[in-house]
Amino acid sequence: MSDHKVEVKNLDLYYNDFHALKNINFTAEAKTVSAFIGPSGCGKSSLLRMFNRMNDLIDGTRFTGEVFVDGQDIYEKNIDVDGLRKNVGMVFQKPNPFPKTIFENVAYGLRVNGVKDKHFIEKKVTEAIKQAALWDEVKDKLKKSAMELSGGQQQRLCIARALAVEPALILMDEPASALDPISTGKIEDLIFELKNQYSIIIVTHNLQQAGRISDFTAFFYMGELVEWNKTKTIFTNPTDIRTQNYITGRFG
Amino acid sequence: MKKLKRIFDKITHGVLFTSSMVTSVTVLLVIVFLFKEGIGLFNQTAVENHVVVVVNSANSVHELTSKQVKDIFNQDITNWKEVGGQDLEITTRSIDDLAGQFTEEELGTDMVNLPTLIDQYISDNPGVIAYFPDTYLKKDFRSKKIPLAKISVKEFISGVEWYPTSQPAAVYGAWPLILGTLWVSLGAILLALPIGLITALYMAEVAGQRLRNMLKPVVELLSGIPSVVYGFFGLVVLVPLIQRLFKLDVGETALAGSIILAIMSLPTIITIAEDAIRTTPRALKEASLALGASHWQTMTRVTIPYAKSGIIAAVILGIGRAVGETMAVLMVTGNASVIPHTFLEPVRTIPATIAAELGEAPFGGTHFKALFALGIILFIITFIFNMLVETVKTKKV
Ligand SMILES: Nc1ncnc2c1ncn2[C@@H]1O[C@H](COP(=O)(O)OP(=O)(O)O)[C@@H](O)[C@H]1O
Ligand SMILES: [Mg+2]
Repeated sequence: MSDHKVEVKNLDLYYNDFHALKNINFTAEAKTVSAFIGPSGCGKSSLLRMFNRMNDLIDGTRFTGEVFVDGQDIYEKNIDVDGLRKNVGMVFQKPNPFPKTIFENVAYGLRVNGVKDKHFIEKKVTEAIKQAALWDEVKDKLKKSAMELSGGQQQRLCIARALAVEPALILMDEPASALDPISTGKIEDLIFELKNQYSIIIVTHNLQQAGRISDFTAFFYMGELVEWNKTKTIFTNPTDIRTQNYITGRFG
Repeated sequence: MKKLKRIFDKITHGVLFTSSMVTSVTVLLVIVFLFKEGIGLFNQTAVENHVVVVVNSANSVHELTSKQVKDIFNQDITNWKEVGGQDLEITTRSIDDLAGQFTEEELGTDMVNLPTLIDQYISDNPGVIAYFPDTYLKKDFRSKKIPLAKISVKEFISGVEWYPTSQPAAVYGAWPLILGTLWVSLGAILLALPIGLITALYMAEVAGQRLRNMLKPVVELLSGIPSVVYGFFGLVVLVPLIQRLFKLDVGETALAGSIILAIMSLPTIITIAEDAIRTTPRALKEASLALGASHWQTMTRVTIPYAKSGIIAAVILGIGRAVGETMAVLMVTGNASVIPHTFLEPVRTIPATIAAELGEAPFGGTHFKALFALGIILFIITFIFNMLVETVKTKKV
């Protein structure tokens, strides 16, 4: 057992013959925000999707190494994958609400996990929407379709949807990249709030964003985890020349 | 060069325009023809041209419906009081009966005396009803012609008996045929919907690339089999099976028709439903799985609802196409034009009726027109099917 929230040991990932992640070693502590940065195509999403076994869904993926969440090897034979995914929430790059009502979107995770109690569901949905800083905007139209919301509202709804099942860890894959600056600001504030309760790993290509919201930052380059450290250290005093070049904007 | 291209463009445009116009006009003409022939049924009586139905002049009955005439000549009605006349036994006489009553001498050459003899005979027998060509009607006849009510749309649709060849008056009640068509189609939907949906789901969501590449051509092959082959298969395999399984006297039943129709519509249903299921965005399925939903839950709660309109369209389209199918259903349903009460009774569908009877219906006669009127009903049924497809297709969450 370890007290690390996430621990990755000697991970190599392949898409068929393509070697996407190369010997990754990484840990994330509970109730911190870790940011994955790096030029696009360097493997940030691929690693993130290892943590809730989303890569299982892609034909032709293979890996070697180990991934632990809360000390549990999540690729062990007898692991309950649905249970793992309930415990590890994910927010995707593009808002992807279900074509259902706002209420049903947030209630979805509870329902599929067998919650039947109407009052409990109502309470959880309300809490989650409030937590996602969306309540004031949608409280009068919970029965309306989620598709009627703006992009930024949809993304916060997706965060509320993930929060409703009370995951221990939340994965966010460039959650603000498709949004306008105001919505982006709201999401960043939200992440800042959530940090007190949740462990968060966020992929971002926006360096300022990583600097603003994260405690730890990991820099990836061509499938390698070049270095990771306290965010402040990475931004002020990186050890690797490639990190230095990237954060000073010399490439990527 | 540029000029040449412009001319070429103009020509292509012209060809496309002309061909689409020709197609539209042809389709329209076919529909107009169908309606013209079919609607022609409703301003005539069910008696063949130039045939008269005659009773004794003292008879108090003034009008009869086609069905009453048929029942009288079938001996189902044997007393005039049953049709609102006196208490008097009915005697029926066809033209052959009438002619057979007299010797050749009495009839004279070329049966010149027949009109007089008929007139005499009817006057002498108060209970008689007879029919014969109007050429044998004497100039100043003493008996009474019974006018038959014109065939009404209501009677045609709601009439429960279909006796197109009964003499002297045919009975055209399409209700059993409409019900037969609907029953067989409904049964087919009930069978084809779950099977088609499960297969489509399996192919779209579960089967690997390899298996799908094998299944898809098989499904498409099914739609290339001529319907007679399905009918033959049904007749040889399915019908005896149903007969044995349900211990029936005859295996030709609505159920057999439904099964054959379901099999025939499966390729359409599977292909279209699979395409619809595939349109469910990967992002939605991932969102569902990421919340801890199982594959099964994701399928029932996200994939199917998302593809719902496409799936419904697939089923309606598949069945709609198959409803118009004639041969296979004709071969296995037993073709009894009675109102079905269970799936284990013989029924008769509209297309089967048209196919079976058109060959023997005299061109332009009432039977011929009645079949066209059936065609109109079938057209309306399939039209409604297609309208349904359009409405569910355009309705999105
Ligand atoms: N499903 C896939 N099949 C094949 N290659 C993939 C797949 N997903 C990602 N890759 C490849 O893996 C590499 C890393 O991708 P990704 O993790 O999405 O990068 P990032 O999120 O850092 O932009 C890229 O070169 C990408 O082309
Ligand atoms: Mg990415």
